[in-house]
Amino acid sequence: MKNLIFLIPLLPFIGFLVNGLGRKSLSKGLVGVIGSGTVLASFIISLIVFLRIDHLIEPAAATGNVRILPPYIFHYFDFINISSLKIPFSFQIDQLTSLFLLIITGVGFLIHVYSTAYMHEEKREHFGRYFAYLNLFVFSMLLLVMGANYVILFIGWEGVGLCSYLLIGYWFKNIDYTKAAKKAFVMNRIGDLGFLLAIFWIITKTGSVGYDEVFHAVGRLSQQDLIGITLLLFVGAAGKSAQIPLYTWLPDAMAGPTPVSALIHAATMVTAGIYMIARSNILYSAAPLTLNIVAIVGAATALLAATIALRQNDIKKVLAYSTVSQLGYMFLALGSGAYVAAVFHVMTHAFFKALLFLGSGSVIHAMSGQQDIRFMGGLRGKMKITYITFFLGCLAIAGIPPFSGFFSKDAVLLGAFAHNKVLWGIGLITAALTAFYMFRLLFITFFGSFRGTEEQRHHVHESPAAMTVPLIVLAILSVVGGFVGVPDVIAHGGEKLAEFLSPVVPASEHLVSKGTELTLMGLTTAVAVIAVLAAWMRYRNYREEKQTALGRLFENKWYVDELYDAVIVRPVNRLGSFAGNILERKGIDALVNGVGRLVNYGGRQLRWLQSGQVGSYVLLMVISMVILFLLQFFVRK
Amino acid sequence: MPINYYIFLSIALFVIGIIGVLTRRNAIIIFMCIELMLNAVNLLLVAFSKMHHLARAAQDATAGSDGQLFVFFIMVVAAAEVSVGLAIIVMLYRNTHSVDVNFLNRLKH
Repeated sequence: MKNLIFLIPLLPFIGFLVNGLGRKSLSKGLVGVIGSGTVLASFIISLIVFLRIDHLIEPAAATGNVRILPPYIFHYFDFINISSLKIPFSFQIDQLTSLFLLIITGVGFLIHVYSTAYMHEEKREHFGRYFAYLNLFVFSMLLLVMGANYVILFIGWEGVGLCSYLLIGYWFKNIDYTKAAKKAFVMNRIGDLGFLLAIFWIITKTGSVGYDEVFHAVGRLSQQDLIGITLLLFVGAAGKSAQIPLYTWLPDAMAGPTPVSALIHAATMVTAGIYMIARSNILYSAAPLTLNIVAIVGAATALLAATIALRQNDIKKVLAYSTVSQLGYMFLALGSGAYVAAVFHVMTHAFFKALLFLGSGSVIHAMSGQQDIRFMGGLRGKMKITYITFFLGCLAIAGIPPFSGFFSKDAVLLGAFAHNKVLWGIGLITAALTAFYMFRLLFITFFGSFRGTEEQRHHVHESPAAMTVPLIVLAILSVVGGFVGVPDVIAHGGEKLAEFLSPVVPASEHLVSKGTELTLMGLTTAVAVIAVLAAWMRYRNYREEKQTALGRLFENKWYVDELYDAVIVRPVNRLGSFAGNILERKGIDALVNGVGRLVNYGGRQLRWLQSGQVGSYVLLMVISMVILFLLQFFVRK
Repeated sequence: MPINYYIFLSIALFVIGIIGVLTRRNAIIIFMCIELMLNAVNLLLVAFSKMHHLARAAQDATAGSDGQLFVFFIMVVAAAEVSVGLAIIVMLYRNTHSVDVNFLNRLKH
């Protein structure tokens, strides 16, 4: 098993090397096969691991408490070995890890297959570069979830940040795209600072970074330490998973190719923050203050992003803000102590968000690159598979039963209700907004009359099989994926996911009565259905939006980017130019050049000594003799 | 005679020699002044040698001979140096038709 497990990340890494180094010589078909094949192989191995997970770990008792059992840790080599600090390169394969492995490799594989068709028009070497980066990303993400300590997690963390930068700026000749890539990386890095500080704090207080050792040491840490560590870890998660205030990079990241947006910015990389907090649930449960902050930030982000999505006209931007909003939901769940709900939502979100992004890619492909929904419309007749799968995705994200989104969102809201009614209220409003803007997107894009150019009208066609098959697979998953987490009130023993994760992630205690739970479910569903109907009434036949003040506020993303620009970017730039022009040029250069000028001056003055007059030379000799004489007899003791 | 008289005479001769070297323009006069300095030193050496001899003549018949020996060396050096120096002056005269030392500022370039 040990040898099998390290193949999971190794195969995509080999794919990265082969595709990266051979990008100029390998054919596009071969590159696509290698790229997708390695991820498929990793998926198969992950499946084997998942099915045999019980042989690795003893199952926990049905109480749902987390007993800190020794999970299967695979030690490969000593990574860092300084006197008292040992950081081994080990993988920890438990239920949480294996679930994420399936999501990453499974959805990843589908997106690789999709990319072979979507990126078809690229030149050969750029096609190879794309798949190399994509494989490198899968490798880093796998390292992230498989690591047995915070350092391996951080290596993967950095790796996915790097790949995000590389892939957002994939079409590097466009300066706006490269700026977006830079923005993503820099904001990520700010979060990473928090993460690093947290790791240092952990090392100082517990002497180790391994999960089992740190979690055992929770009892020894003071409340201050716990709050500090968990807050700093959350700062890292906020950067990676696009929460307030570090979320503005995600919409700009839509500059990358659509499959990239699907994989990185919907299904996997942005969920790394949630994984990390779910993994550290023992730390977080011991620091209730941080949990509160996490929940508040999550709820606020969810609401903010949902309002912005109401008024976006770029199909990918709507989905991007939707992602930020759904991530807010996940953090709300984490903050409410409903860790399983958060992981559940990660899973269902991966399915339907990837589906929605790939569907939008299919639409963009058919519309010859047009991304503005105001110039689409009436596509449902011409792109049946895309339309149906997109529709299913919208149903899932809106939380209509019995689709997957309903179960996971419900679990999230239940957790929120038990924790704080106000946050639950925000979550409910956001659910309504989610349903509204998603169906707005669906109706404007697929219903009504076609608003594009004649040329586009002729070109519109359903996408090839390599693109539609992943759509179909993801649609099926979006429909049935929720049945692993059917709440107890509906079907006894339906909480399969919670049971599965229980050794690692504690299930939330049932603090509400069955009646309340059913009422909440009904309320959420009713709200969602009303929102869908409202969107149907308003957007069935597309009309221009009325320009209201609130509408403009939403459309301009609450002017947050402008705020950051004024408060942070410009002062930093001014500081930089100050350092460059004044400190560097007038300070340091003046000093260095000054030394040179001094030497020059000294040389010029000394030159006068060489007069060529023999007489002066003799005089100097005599004077030196006298001085030596004086030194010899009168100065020396 | 007290040794002081010899010392004063020697110093006087030496200083006259130095001033001559520094101030005179004629190369041959400068040489003569250098010789004057050397001879001043010789005088002093001989005077001290005699002083030491007188102080210890009873024990050692050859006391104070090192001073006089050294004088021989100095004379040899002086002779050698003069021959070389005069040769250079002759060459100098052949080139510039004068023995004025101030014409030698070609070293400036």
